[in-house]
Order: sequence, then structure tokens, then C-alpha cells
Amino acid sequence: MIAVQLAALLVVAVGAWATVMARDPVRQAIVVSLYGLALGLLFFAFQAPDVALSNIVIGAVALPTMLMLAIAKTKR
Amino acid sequence: MSVLPYVVAVWICLVGLYGIVTSRHLLHTIICVSVVQSSTYVLLLAVGYRQGGVAPVFVDIPHTTPAVDPVVQALTLTDVVVGGAVTALLLAIAVQIEKHLHTLDPDELDPLRD
Amino acid sequence: MDEQPPRRPGELSFAARRRLFLVGAAGLGALLLWGLFGLPDYRDVVPLYGQVINHSAVEERSSTAVVSAVNFDYRGFDTLGEEFILFAAVLVLALLLRRLSEERRDRHEWKARHEHTTSAAVRLTCAALVGPTVLLAVYITAHGHLTPGGGFQGGVIAATALLLVYLGSDYPTMQRLRPLPLVETAKAAGALAFVLLGLAGLIFAGAFLENFLPLGTPGDLVAAGTIPLLSVAVGLEVAGGFVLLLSEFLDQLLVIRRKQEADS
Repeated sequence: MIAVQLAALLVVAVGAWATVMARDPVRQAIVVSLYGLALGLLFFAFQAPDVALSNIVIGAVALPTMLMLAIAKTKR
Repeated sequence: MSVLPYVVAVWICLVGLYGIVTSRHLLHTIICVSVVQSSTYVLLLAVGYRQGGVAPVFVDIPHTTPAVDPVVQALTLTDVVVGGAVTALLLAIAVQIEKHLHTLDPDELDPLRD
Repeated sequence: MDEQPPRRPGELSFAARRRLFLVGAAGLGALLLWGLFGLPDYRDVVPLYGQVINHSAVEERSSTAVVSAVNFDYRGFDTLGEEFILFAAVLVLALLLRRLSEERRDRHEWKARHEHTTSAAVRLTCAALVGPTVLLAVYITAHGHLTPGGGFQGGVIAATALLLVYLGSDYPTMQRLRPLPLVETAKAAGALAFVLLGLAGLIFAGAFLENFLPLGTPGDLVAAGTIPLLSVAVGLEVAGGFVLLLSEFLDQLLVIRRKQEADS
């Protein structure tokens, strides 16, 4: 169990850095979706299935969708 | 090793703040705000964890099995959903800003100018 | 960064701003780490409140998923506040993205924007997935007091089902499936049901949001008193809220246009 948590923590740390470094909003939408998935796996490793379910649905599905719609609306 | 979750939580918070400070696009800034929020989720869950603890669901195990903290999970769970809705609100504000001022560059958006 | 807008007097350049931030972040990071290292090892101790709830929730509330019991019973008042934050956020978003006086609703505009036809594979997958997604949402909401889940997750999954409908077909089909008055009524009804159940707890059992219905045995579908009812109320409200969020963004993108321009 402890190795899974370590790996998940490192993946999340790298994912946060990648989300911030993706300057183009379209690219960032995909990266933030993967970050949400990585966070969900971290929450599973920490024995929190409710939070993981919540985060996967919001952070990996609803948030990138709304970001994409906002990008499409603001592109000139 | 015993403090790795705390280090990762602080790292995520600082990385998100760096993104906010150096951002050139308002939508990118909003997503960095959501990254800063996620650092608090990691910290909360790390505080409530126990070595060898199971998830606080007692359908098929006796309820005296040592489990992780449910209160922290309840806080984080509602936080995630409501944070998503507030981020959507921020995106709507950004859409309206672009409509009226025709730019999404934070450097060019000055509330005191003209 | 390539070119920057002309700097106003007193404003920092990009490189100077970044250097200033790194200095500040180093200080903040040091302070945070010093504070957090004072906490006990994260693997050892669980806060006392959580331990007490873990030991007593299954017998006291007949609910096997303790997180839902905390959300809807022990800390139900906090959930009421969070639910109304979501309500207010969706309200303000609907206000922000309304049709302004210089815009008009063009129902046929989405056809002009419809540059690519969705591939048959995407349409088939989305059509096939809508049913199971709605079923999953109802299952997770109804079993909130037994297994991980509850109203919050189930509501957002239900909103995702509508998104699948839009992805698999086109805008008018999705419009037919979400009559806005019904969605808004459902959202308000969910919020109202939560408050009414709390008031009923006040009337019948002496405390706001007190669990006053018969508790049943742990593990049954109809058990744990008001917890499944509150879960359904929250599910309705969250589903209505997120469907409204998605609809406002899609409307803005596809339907609302400035009055003078022919294209945008």
C-alpha cells in the first residue's frame, strides 16, 4: 500500500506542474483532465472512495468541458 | 517519507500560485486557482489517514475495524463539487470580460484604466 | 515571454515579477513546511471525532457508509450551507450569461457553426452510454447510505448524461430533453426539500435536521431514516444545477449573437 501512495503522490506532483506549465488553454484542458484522474487515483490510495468518485466526475469531466466551452466562446 | 504528503501539498499550492502570478491568459489563471484548491484536498486526506486503515464503509466488515477518518472525507467531498461550480462561475465572468473588453490578458486588464 | 503591453509607471517587468514571486514563495513554503512538520506522522493518528463517529455510526444511524452519514446527519447543517453555495453560484452564473440587450437569440445559428458532422462511432457510443449513465446516477444516489456515493456524486453523473446526449446528437435534440422550467423547478425543489426535511426534524424530534424517521437495520435499502431522502434531495439539486451550468455555456456558445453582426 505504501508504494502505491508514494507513486500516486509523485504523479500528482508532476501533474500539478504540467497543468500550470501548459500555457495554451486548449492543451491545459486535456492536462487538467488527466490531473483530475491522477488525483482520483491518489484519493483511492488514501482509502477515500467517495472523494475519488467526486473528483473524477468533476475534475476530469465537468471542469474540462466547461473550460472547452469557455475557450470556444472567447476565441476570436 | 512520513511527511511526503505535506511536502506534496505545499508543492502543489506553490506551483498553482506560480501559475497565477505568471499567467498570460485569464482562463489559464482560473485553472491554476483550481489547482491551488486541490492542494487542500491532499492535505486534508493526509491528516485523516491511518496506516492499515480501511475505507469507512462497513458493509461487509465489522464496524470496529480501524478505519480512516470520515469527517475529513465528508468535508473534501462537498468541497470538490462546490469548487467545481465556483470555477464555472469564474469561467462565466471571463467570458463576459472577453465580450466587453476584447482581451483576456491579465496585464492589459486594468480596472482603473479608462 | 515575447512581447508585453507597454508598462505603466511603477509596474514590474515579467522577469522581475517572477523573481519577486520566487522569493516570496520560498518564504511562504518554508513557513508552511515548518508548520506542517509539527504535525504527527500522517500514518499514525486519526482525529478523535472521526474515531468516535466510526465506532458509533453504524449502530446509531443504521448507515454503513459513514461518510454519507456524516454529510447528511452528523454534519447536515454544513451540507445545507454548501448546497446553498452551489445554488447561489448557479444563480449568479445564469445572471451573468443571460441574453444582454445588445444580443439576440438565434435559434438557427448553431447550424452555421456546425462545421463537422459527428462520426457514427461517437454517436453510437454516446447513445449506448446514456442509459447506463442515468442508471448509475440513480444507483449511486439511492445507495448513498450503504456504499460510497450519495447525492453529490449521483447528481453530477446525471448532468454528465445530458452532456453525452449533446455529444452524440445535436443541439435541438438536447434542447428537447432538458425543458428549462423543469430543470429549474427540480433544482429549487431539491433545495426546498432539504430545508423542509430539516424543519420536519425540528417539529417531530426537537432539533433541526434531526433524524426522525424509523432507522431500520443497517444494510437495508430503506434504512437510516432521513439520510437517503436528504441524499435524493441533494442529488436533484446538484443535477439541476450542473445541467443549468452546461446549458448556459452551450447557449452562449451556440445561440446568442450580437444584434448588428451577421457572423461572429
